Amino acid sequence: MLHIKCPHCGMRSQNEFSYGGDASIKRPNLNKEISDQDWDNFVYNRKSLRGKHWELWQHLSGCRQWIKVERDTATHEIYYTLKADEDIL
Amino acid sequence: MSQGFRLENVGLINRNKNISFKFNGKKYYGYEGDTLASALLANGVHLVGRSFKYHRPRGFFGAGVDEPYAVVQLYRNGETEPNIKATEQELFEGLEAKSVNCWPSVNFDVGAINNFLKIFLPAGFYYKTFMWPKSFWYRIYEPFIRKAAGLGVASTKHDNERYEHKYEYCDLLITGSGPSGLASAYAAAKNGARVILAEDKPRFGGSLLTSDVNIGNQSGKDWADSIISELKEMSNVVVKNRSQIFGYYDHNMLVMSEKVSDHLPQTKKYHPNKRLWYIRAKEVLISSGSIERPIVFGNNDTPGVMLSSAAKEYLKIYGVLVGRNPLVFTNNDSGYETAIEFKKNGINPIVLDSRKNPDSEIIDEAKNFGIDIKFSYVVVAAQGYKKVKSADIASISEDKKQLGKIENIECDCICVSGFWTPTINLASQSGNKTKFKEDIDAFVPGTSKQNETTLGAANGIFSLEETLKTSLKAGNDLSKKITKKENKVSIPNVVEKKSSAHDKFWCVPLPKGKNYKRFLDFQNDVAVSDVEIALREGYRSIEHVKRYTTLGMATDQGKTSNLNGLQLVSEIENKVVPAVGHTTFRPPYTPISIGAIVGREVGKHSKPTRKSPMHSWHEKNNAVFVDAGVWLRPRYYKRGDENLFEASKREAKNVRKNVGVCDVTTLGKIDIKGPDAAEFLNRVYTNAWLKLPVGKARYGVMLREDGIVMDDGTTTRISENHYHMTTTTAQAANVLSHLEYYLQLVWPELNVNVVSTTEQWAGAAIAGPKSRDLLKKLFPQEDVSKEGLPFMGYKEGDLFGIKARIFRISFSGELAYEVNVESDNGNFMWEKIIELGEEFKIQPYGTEALSTLRIEMGHVAGSELDGRTIPYDNALEGLVSKKKDFIGKRSLQRVAFVAEDRQRIVGVVPLDKKTSIPEGSHLVKDSNAPLPNPKLGYISASCWSVEHDNPFSLAILKNGKNMIGEKLFVMSPLKNKVIPVEIVSSHYVDPKGERVRS
Ligand SMILES: [Zn+2]
Repeated sequence: MLHIKCPHCGMRSQNEFSYGGDASIKRPNLNKEISDQDWDNFVYNRKSLRGKHWELWQHLSGCRQWIKVERDTATHEIYYTLKADEDIL
Repeated sequence: MSQGFRLENVGLINRNKNISFKFNGKKYYGYEGDTLASALLANGVHLVGRSFKYHRPRGFFGAGVDEPYAVVQLYRNGETEPNIKATEQELFEGLEAKSVNCWPSVNFDVGAINNFLKIFLPAGFYYKTFMWPKSFWYRIYEPFIRKAAGLGVASTKHDNERYEHKYEYCDLLITGSGPSGLASAYAAAKNGARVILAEDKPRFGGSLLTSDVNIGNQSGKDWADSIISELKEMSNVVVKNRSQIFGYYDHNMLVMSEKVSDHLPQTKKYHPNKRLWYIRAKEVLISSGSIERPIVFGNNDTPGVMLSSAAKEYLKIYGVLVGRNPLVFTNNDSGYETAIEFKKNGINPIVLDSRKNPDSEIIDEAKNFGIDIKFSYVVVAAQGYKKVKSADIASISEDKKQLGKIENIECDCICVSGFWTPTINLASQSGNKTKFKEDIDAFVPGTSKQNETTLGAANGIFSLEETLKTSLKAGNDLSKKITKKENKVSIPNVVEKKSSAHDKFWCVPLPKGKNYKRFLDFQNDVAVSDVEIALREGYRSIEHVKRYTTLGMATDQGKTSNLNGLQLVSEIENKVVPAVGHTTFRPPYTPISIGAIVGREVGKHSKPTRKSPMHSWHEKNNAVFVDAGVWLRPRYYKRGDENLFEASKREAKNVRKNVGVCDVTTLGKIDIKGPDAAEFLNRVYTNAWLKLPVGKARYGVMLREDGIVMDDGTTTRISENHYHMTTTTAQAANVLSHLEYYLQLVWPELNVNVVSTTEQWAGAAIAGPKSRDLLKKLFPQEDVSKEGLPFMGYKEGDLFGIKARIFRISFSGELAYEVNVESDNGNFMWEKIIELGEEFKIQPYGTEALSTLRIEMGHVAGSELDGRTIPYDNALEGLVSKKKDFIGKRSLQRVAFVAEDRQRIVGVVPLDKKTSIPEGSHLVKDSNAPLPNPKLGYISASCWSVEHDNPFSLAILKNGKNMIGEKLFVMSPLKNKVIPVEIVSSHYVDPKGERVRS
């Protein structure tokens, strides 16, 4: 079970969190023309990296904040965690 | 009461307490403090089971967790548990155990005929033999393997024992209470660190309980006792026996299984059977010691052949002689310790030492005792079937290839010592890169990945003095870093015997003309010849050899077999052992009860049960409940002998005719506040929200980004910047997370707050043509007329002194209202509704009637919004705004979503107007078409229409728009039904929606 440092609450066990996928994906702006390809990339296509990866987690059973976590998908090592409004390093 | 092999005055057992127990139906006696193994051995019982594959007789090989043989079926207090190691099971009054793997009895085992007929099952036997023909697998091979395999039988009854989970945090977790564990725990505790010391055995002290050493001015055991009692007194230390750390997981989390009650005849009241500890440690000190490894020789699986350390443990801890005529076969000094203990108790052992001229203190001591020692000698084969009767021995050349003349000597046990294997399982599980240590012929931990340090014998350090020195230092240094305090413990004076080097010899060659089975893996019956076959057939990787031969794959995970297997592969392949590499260690280190893993989360406890504030009223009024997500909801209210069908029909009819009331507390409710709330809703829902006036509700549909409908519900504008959103019961939690996601990450510039208020409000839906009349009685001061509270209107009201929210919304399709009050007042509201509704013939209705009402109205719910449908499929495209953008809108342009023949909701009526249609059935054009019959759609929900008095279903049907009036077939292979049906509109009742607006 991972030990994740919530930037709001501190170190907490993984079972308080839920996983939210790749944190580097930016939602296209509303009311903007977008090609099928770009929209598909936003909705479906993910890299599924082996190694360092910025991902979203929600501190569901805690402060309910969405946070950004830099984690190695192979070793599970966690390098940084950021608040929702902080930019990925 | 004959315990013929029990010594007087030796051991740590309590001789004042006799304990009776049964093994294979026969009654025996032992003492408190015995294990099942030690008590059986005290009674001279060596035959405990049959081996897994060949059904060869099995005795005891070890004295603890490493035991490969003595696995029994245990009976305790009316329950039974398989796969129990007799060497770990403590004796309690009334214990019953039976052998496994044998039929009809352990003494006469039919399966063992295989052994005599020499139908030995070589490596890969299962793979080769059971491959063909395919049809034989289920009928013949699989049942055969099932019966032949298996280490006991799991109970099929409900487990009445209770299991607990516990979460714990500490500075230092120490796994094992031998010298390294005690020293490091003591040093760390003195520095004020929070320490957990875990010992898997009932007694603390590890090797100090059996070794002949002095620490300070005390014996090793007395030193251990004094340290433990001091640790137990310290408030910063948790000391646990009978507790096995079995898994090392990510981020220094370890899991420990504490056997709370296994040593007792029955679990004490309010106590669990086992307690599973999830421990997050800042530092982990692995002090798990080492396990003696066997030397491989002919028939080395015969009962009576056992580890020399086990023989010593039976003698010193339990006062039990494993034989009166022992042979000790060793390649190092450890065997002598066992021999000396025998000699001290009046037994004359013979020692065979494979070394030529070893020289050490303990060998001198053995000589002084007058023990018969033969150097450069080995056991070639054990003789005897159910018990060792003699041994073929021979001298061996210095290169270990040539055997001298074979002699046969009588003996009743063979105590083997092939040196020591550090227990590195936990270190390896944590990700440690282990390394091979040449001088001890074994792997030790190398570079740590997590905060873990391995001490003492587990780290390949076999000198007590060195162990204490390094462990005290590790305990001190690691705790000092955490507590910033130092209270140094001085290193005690140690008296121990210096040992000489062990012999790098592990397998006795076969004598000419003999074909003895030489076993590597005792539990899975893997012999030297099996590994040879695997390599001959081209298996190279140790992981492949393991799987092909099943070496190390039994429940003991190869604790005694792995290294000898590696030695063999390296020898045949002419590679060094580190190049062969060891297989991966995986948790659990020892078998763990499924019950302990599950904990309290069984049956009704597997998830919380939520009840509405009106629950007790429902109970009193004969409600039959149904699980709805985590909620219990009334399914119907039973009157007299009614069944579900009759009751729900009555309730639904009464709604259509008079008025009904339904508990809708479980609907998800989200309070939305902030100046940008309207803009936010406008982006979340597919329809327009900017112009919704205060005091009005609107139905909305929200999508996921992929265009699939996520949820639906009504949202009401309570005041300028305040909205009340409802969601379906099932999606309430997901919708909240969804909203939070967009507010926090995508549009943080929107000034909006959301919070769940599901449990804060109790809700009652009042539906039916007479609902307005009832509402007038409930709120006499309010104008609830058609004009005063129009369809989709909202107002606050006073319900006999209680603040209430009144929504004019409808799920049933009738004139209907929903009243919300604070949860504490829910029951008051409900009783008032029932009381004042009596004159209008009100009846409560449950979820079944609710479903009927919504299905015949063609209102979609969870069974249509199933994560596969878009708004069009649910005839909700009218709610999709063309003007504004919203979540998921772009996906609605996808080719499949705009296809001409896109699936769409329809109504389905059986042609005979009688046959009910099973939900989940398929719709097909031709019921006689060859399989697979092309599927046109599926039945999402079925009911008995109370309006038309015939069955009616909703379906999602391909090209549904153009299918109205078509005749199709409903097929349910599951229910074996074929029903001719007609496709009709999904709005089966009041298609124009006049009633809700009436
Ligand atoms: Zn938090």
